[in-house]
Amino acid sequence: MKKKFLLFTIFICSIFIINCSKETSEVIDYNRKFNIDFGGTLINAMAGEPSNLIAMIAGDSASSAIAGNIFNSLIKYDENLDYAPELAESWKISNNQKTITFKLKKGLKWQDGEPLTSSDVLFTWKLITNPKTRTPYAADYQLVKKALTPDPLTFKITYADSYAPALDTWASLHILPKHILKNEDINNTFFSRNPIGSSYYKLNDWISGQQVTLIANNKSTSGPPLIKKLISRIIPDTSSQFLELTADNIDLMNINPIQYQRVFPARKELQKKIGLYKELGNGYTYLGFNLKKAPFNDIKVRQAINYAIDKEEVIKGVLLGLGESISSPYKPGTRWNNPNLKPYPYNPSKALKLLSDAGYIKNDKGILLKDGKPLKFEIITNQNKQREMTAVLIQRRLQEIGIKVSIRVIEWASFVNRFIKTGDFDVVVLGWSLSLDPDQYNIWHSSQQGPGQFNFLGYSNKNVDKLLEVGRKELNTLKREKIYHEFSKYLLEDSPIVYLYAGYGLSAVHKRIKGIKQPTPPAGIYHNSYDWFIPKPLRRNEILE
Amino acid sequence: MTAYLIKRILWMIPMLIGISLISFFIMHLAPGDVTSNEASFNPRASEESRQKLRELYNLDKPVITQYGLWLKRISQLDFGNSFASHQKPVLWEKKDKSGNITKGLIQESLPITLMINLLGIFIIFSISICLGTLSAVRQNTWVDRAITLFVFIGFAIPGFWLALLLMYWTGVSNQWLPISGLHSPGFQNFSSFGQFIDLLKHLVLPVSISSLSGLAGISLYVRNGMLDILHQDFITTARSKGLQENKIVFIHALKNAILPLITIIGLSIPGLIGGSVITESIFAIPGMGKLFYDSVLMRDFPVIMGILTIGSILTLIGNLLADIGYAWADPRVRKGLVK
Amino acid sequence: MNIFLKNPLAISGLIIILIILIMALIAPFVAPYDPNFIDINSILFPPSIDHLMGTDGLGRDVFSRMLFGARISLLVGFVAVGIATLIGVILGSLAGFYRGWVDSLIMRFVDIMLSIPTFFLILAVIAFLTPSIWNIMIVIGLTSWMGVTRLVRAEFFSLRQREYVLASETMGSNHFSIIIKHLLPNSLTPIIVSSVLGIASAVLVESGLSFLGLGVQAPTASWGNILTDGKEYIQFAWWLSLFPGLAILITVLGYNLLGEGLRDVLDPKNKN
Repeated sequence: MKKKFLLFTIFICSIFIINCSKETSEVIDYNRKFNIDFGGTLINAMAGEPSNLIAMIAGDSASSAIAGNIFNSLIKYDENLDYAPELAESWKISNNQKTITFKLKKGLKWQDGEPLTSSDVLFTWKLITNPKTRTPYAADYQLVKKALTPDPLTFKITYADSYAPALDTWASLHILPKHILKNEDINNTFFSRNPIGSSYYKLNDWISGQQVTLIANNKSTSGPPLIKKLISRIIPDTSSQFLELTADNIDLMNINPIQYQRVFPARKELQKKIGLYKELGNGYTYLGFNLKKAPFNDIKVRQAINYAIDKEEVIKGVLLGLGESISSPYKPGTRWNNPNLKPYPYNPSKALKLLSDAGYIKNDKGILLKDGKPLKFEIITNQNKQREMTAVLIQRRLQEIGIKVSIRVIEWASFVNRFIKTGDFDVVVLGWSLSLDPDQYNIWHSSQQGPGQFNFLGYSNKNVDKLLEVGRKELNTLKREKIYHEFSKYLLEDSPIVYLYAGYGLSAVHKRIKGIKQPTPPAGIYHNSYDWFIPKPLRRNEILE
Repeated sequence: MTAYLIKRILWMIPMLIGISLISFFIMHLAPGDVTSNEASFNPRASEESRQKLRELYNLDKPVITQYGLWLKRISQLDFGNSFASHQKPVLWEKKDKSGNITKGLIQESLPITLMINLLGIFIIFSISICLGTLSAVRQNTWVDRAITLFVFIGFAIPGFWLALLLMYWTGVSNQWLPISGLHSPGFQNFSSFGQFIDLLKHLVLPVSISSLSGLAGISLYVRNGMLDILHQDFITTARSKGLQENKIVFIHALKNAILPLITIIGLSIPGLIGGSVITESIFAIPGMGKLFYDSVLMRDFPVIMGILTIGSILTLIGNLLADIGYAWADPRVRKGLVK
Repeated sequence: MNIFLKNPLAISGLIIILIILIMALIAPFVAPYDPNFIDINSILFPPSIDHLMGTDGLGRDVFSRMLFGARISLLVGFVAVGIATLIGVILGSLAGFYRGWVDSLIMRFVDIMLSIPTFFLILAVIAFLTPSIWNIMIVIGLTSWMGVTRLVRAEFFSLRQREYVLASETMGSNHFSIIIKHLLPNSLTPIIVSSVLGIASAVLVESGLSFLGLGVQAPTASWGNILTDGKEYIQFAWWLSLFPGLAILITVLGYNLLGEGLRDVLDPKNKN
């Protein structure tokens, strides 16, 4: 028996010895000039597995990320966040602002060689507006009253009423192939695991639970990408992802502020081979009040709490400074952001003044009381480390002026169903991830307070309602700017939420990946990912192509 | 013996119903369902589609009705389709009219979990017999104490901590082993032998970590069992007859000590399957543990019920096999002398 | 008692546990900082004179958090095992004493509970309820009573036939007093051993749950969640991994050594 054990140990050790020498990386100079060359493999990591590569049906981010490499939309955003051609080479908006006519590029082909024409676009529109299709995104497209294809290169749609977010919706609709899907049940088709698209990449291999491999599509409607293969490895745990990154097994990953600000600077050898990038995302984190519950229906209380929270402290503590304080629900630096609005500064004495105006006086223990009842409430948030930390910091500051705050962290599905939908909450710490169109009707209009709708805070302001309605219809950019600037002003005054921060998206990309545009353009570093390349000497030689 | 077997197998049916009933009701205690995942909190997504989805999956019916519907399907061996992964079958692959095969979730993940657990059981078995025997034979010497300590430490280490430390040491500082996953990215181009070695390399850490805690308990059990036996009369008799010590230990004593081991290992199967959640998460292994965890968070009821049912069946079978193995190995039971 | 003192396993286990217990008890007096005191200017500092075990991601002193974390880990262990033992003793006594259909019913229930992988059950229940420390303790307790039940039942089976028990019965003592006065006291050995081992296991389960985000919630410090908070920077903030990891290791080791030591000592078949 002991002999067996010994043999076993020797067997294991020999496997180690045989394979223990992975080539140690010689000192590589990543900063010299390299020739642009087609080829190479980029490996990145995803925490979840895609469920369905038909983006209109799948809801999750892993699915949209992969599908975005395979399918095209009619238009896209360029590096300055202006609309640019994708499948459509041009588009015209009629004088009454209700009709958009898209002209497709000539010679577009699907990856199987079939021509891509306006009938595919019409087919896709019919699909997404079909009540049998299980998509949550139909609403925007149902506003189109009439869709026509006068010729194979023209797609003409007419809205019942001018709809300003229209172009944004067409920038996110993946066009699907009619010739393959016309007889398929879109909800159950195998196409979702074996798609045929028209964009830079096509699906090469999908090993369930482990990795998805995309390979360059030589019939791409936008020209070929420079990197031949994309492998997305499914690695659920972020600490494992980081270990893989530092071991050179993956080329790119989203990192957190501590890794960006503390780990990398402490490890010089990591900085030599991995580059760090930061960009503002299109979302923000906020503290939201249940406006239907006292005392949050009192604007003085809300504004007081706004003054009592030190936002700079939150950004410094939670994001290590990698974020910005905002005063409107739009990305700083874009035209929709009102430059004249300033965030509420940290001013606890002003907060106390407002609270005393509202009837709250401090007792001898330092607790704020009104009619004998202390001011206390519960902050709830979901299981998100940054939101938890934010809540803790807020709790401390509010405690300092005499408000008793408790915190509860709840798993997402329970959070939404037991607390948000039922309106059974005091205050939440949550975030919004927004589209690039400034329309925020679904979140702030007083008609959107039904169960499952997004105005769950219960906000109602007639002026804001009017602005949101008009803003949706106004296609003139300058006029729209004014409308949304005014909307932001009301929102800031009413303070139904406290803007906490807009965090930076932080990426670590291996230096073998070249072509990343710096300084980071408004659309972020990923907008030109198809122009990135991997020079021959830096490619992974263990992956044959 | 046969009567015993039949009785055991028949008992499995009411047990399974009991298990499924308990699980079903526990699951529905939770608020929320598959339509409430984070992605659906997107301002551009509408509530009606979620409502339609709920109707499609019968989520708006009372719990009893849902359980009844599920039971009816199960009796026809139809485990249904996953809610969250858009109709991927829960158990076994389905062919659509064009002959495309979509593999079942459990079909893909169970073999992986089984592979890791069976390897784990094999390792636990072999190593603990060696360590336990050594410990018993050299009782109260430093060898005994050292082994006991080592084995205890193995049990006491938080699994994910050790995993991360080892991943760092063997994968980042020294590039001996891969860090996570089951295959290297370019593995399809390896030879068959190359793929085999690649898989082994990826399995070293996960299997070691998941079997570490079982090692402690079982080594101790072997030690104590061996000690019991070595003090019994028949061993003293064998010694006085002049038999070699080795033969005594390995043949006579060990055979007797292994018997209860079989039952113990059978009983530890549920622990191995349950413990795999953390290991699979850290090592990015798409096994049943991770599938279960994800399904719980997504309220993917068909998958949750499918896994609990299959998991329980496996455990019941495992225990049954262990009992049979024990009964067969112990001549006393075989001959009907002891039950 | 002498045998106990001579058994090195039991002794080392006891010493370790006493140390942890003392740490937990004196925590509020000895901790240099409030464990929840956030100092955003001291985020992730390595160990130094000011902060013996460094600081965490919100600038909180790790040493203080470790001391208070000892209380949480021990509390979780004690309460969970308390619940499990209570249920186990009750069910095991009933099964062992009454036998017959009561025994069958209880054992079938035990079999069912044993067939569902425990961690799965804990996971499922905690994912649904808010993971508060009480829910965790109750759930761990409710899912780990099966072993105690079997042990108590086995002891009762063998004790039941003893003369003094039969004598009590003929004298007309009621069942309850027989159980309490005669059977239970003689069944204490396996109960004690399994409780001690159960505490070790509960501490490990809590750390596993913390890894999955379902353990003791912020801002309360537990060794499990300090460890989990630091897992993404083990290459950098080694102190966030080393200290809680070692603490869990040593505590669980201590309980296991004590449990095994007790088993050796209290077992009538003394191996010496």
